[in-house]
Amino acid sequence: MSADKKIYGLVAEFNDSDLLIKAAEQTQEAGYTKTDAYTPFPVHGLTEALGIKRTILPWIVLTGGILGCLGGFYLQYWVSVEAYPLNVGGRPFNSWPSFIPVTFECTILGAALSAIIGMLSLNGLPQPYHSIFNTPNFERASNDGFFLCIEEQDPKFDKKQTRRLLEDLGAVSVSEVES
Amino acid sequence: MSDSKDKDSILGQAGPLLDSGQTIQSVGDKVTSVIFRKKQPIPWFVVLGIASMLLGSLTLSVVWLLMKGTGVWGLNIPNAWGFAIVNFVWWIGIGHAGTLISAILFLFKQQWRTSINRFAEAMTLFAVACAGMFPLLHLGRPWVFYWLFPYPSTMGVWPQFRSPLVWDVFAVSTYLTVSVIFWYTGLIPDLATMRDRAKNKVGKIVAGIFAMGWRGSARHWHRYEVAYLLLAGLSTPLVVSVHSVVSLDFAVSIMPGWHTTIFPPYFVAGAIYSGFAMVLTLMIPVRSIYGLKSIVTMRTIDNMAKIMLATGLMVFYGYLNEIFFAWYSGNKYESFMMLNRMTGPYALQYWMLILCNGIIPQLLWFRKVRQNVISLFIISIIVNIGMWLERYIIVVTSLHRDFIPSSWDNYAGTIWDWGLYIGTIGFFLFAMMLFIRWVPMIPIFEIREIIHAKTKKTLGTEKKP
Repeated sequence: MSADKKIYGLVAEFNDSDLLIKAAEQTQEAGYTKTDAYTPFPVHGLTEALGIKRTILPWIVLTGGILGCLGGFYLQYWVSVEAYPLNVGGRPFNSWPSFIPVTFECTILGAALSAIIGMLSLNGLPQPYHSIFNTPNFERASNDGFFLCIEEQDPKFDKKQTRRLLEDLGAVSVSEVES
Repeated sequence: MSDSKDKDSILGQAGPLLDSGQTIQSVGDKVTSVIFRKKQPIPWFVVLGIASMLLGSLTLSVVWLLMKGTGVWGLNIPNAWGFAIVNFVWWIGIGHAGTLISAILFLFKQQWRTSINRFAEAMTLFAVACAGMFPLLHLGRPWVFYWLFPYPSTMGVWPQFRSPLVWDVFAVSTYLTVSVIFWYTGLIPDLATMRDRAKNKVGKIVAGIFAMGWRGSARHWHRYEVAYLLLAGLSTPLVVSVHSVVSLDFAVSIMPGWHTTIFPPYFVAGAIYSGFAMVLTLMIPVRSIYGLKSIVTMRTIDNMAKIMLATGLMVFYGYLNEIFFAWYSGNKYESFMMLNRMTGPYALQYWMLILCNGIIPQLLWFRKVRQNVISLFIISIIVNIGMWLERYIIVVTSLHRDFIPSSWDNYAGTIWDWGLYIGTIGFFLFAMMLFIRWVPMIPIFEIREIIHAKTKKTLGTEKKP
């Protein structure tokens, strides 16, 4: 590979998830921070091995739920008390017990929408192009391959040393991926 | 529950998938082969053909209805609610099994659910779509359906939030939206698998667009799993609330036979009951036609039958409870309604309902019946019929004998009622066939996760001694 081509990182392919987890742990220990793994299904222990922080998604969902709840109730309150007060059988305009079902549905709707929108936007999806797709054999990442990538952005990244580390960890192949 | 034993036996029955190191691969092969095969099997074309004909009936019935108005239905006063509500409740009940399987059983970590959840969720979506047609068409002027929603209209009129019918609008539209979100979230990784396996360019592009560039990054999986768990947690109370709200359409009124507090739980149990019956009706033929018996194992089928039995008993308890309270309340309208239900013009339908929903499903106590797919298939269809009759009985027997004998009148669906009803069955089957053809009907990555956990576990135990 010519020197002037910008590379995204070094990607190691593994045949087994245990090897991948071990490799992830080792790279963490070696001090690499800009790493990521690619697997066909969620692998238990990988999140910890890579030192990935817990996502803030639950808080986003909680906020969405609370906003849905307040918004739903306020909508009904405003409609029934301010905009269009109707006397139905002498019930108070703000007959809050009857407003509970719609408030509940709005809570769920707000939370569910923020769950998917939050998950996708934190993940940066939809993203039509990503350098990792240049990895040879990468279609195995959605089938039966396990990949570990150390990005070129990593302060400790060194083409030769990083490659040696990955090879020692039992990778089937290590490839330099263009960005 | 004997947890470890249960899990082992599921995987024991999934046998061939675990034999070689190729297993994670083979699930993908098997599930995507349904989509990538050159030609669909003949039964697929047969069902699609029948469904298309029924769709014709749907179109015709809707067009005629729009031309002439709801007078073409068998409605009259006092029977202002007829097939439209019966079918609405029936369809939405069927939908509930999908959410139950995908959300509630997920929270309970029932691994056998994995092989059927995608399929059942698709069923939910299409059943809810069918359900939604009925109230809309019943509006008489469906083209102004948006009047149901609160929006600042030039008329200055707003919805009446004290009415359960408005609650219904919110419950059903939220249910549909959340079901779509949950279903699509579950699909994203499998669409990536499809993208990477597609052999032609068009397939790659289409699957690629819907997969949104999913690349299986560990960071993504982490957020994905959290999102999926939260969605399951949100769908669980939602599904209970939806059918409760549907039952409140009845229970909030003062009609004898409707005005009871048991309605919400009894409706939810009935919904799950009919939904499981529909999943069985569809899954039994599909798994044998597409050779998915090694993934959708007898274990899953057996468990579904057990849930059907349990919810069936709850529903049957509801029937008995209704009879008891008709007597115990000392209310003459209630007791008249119940006696009339059992001996009046709709006695045949009532006893058919008891037979279909209460008596025949007792056969599910026998292991032999549960293990025999043909008997299960027949029972599931009987339960579907029984649940339809249940809603028919609830709606019609309360309405046709009003408080004032001078306003009594009988009810029967016209050909347009039936045409619309079987038309929606056509719509449902048509949509299911397209789903089977184009979307991976079994969640590939979730099955892989189970297989993976299993193989790691056995390897681990082999190492130990």
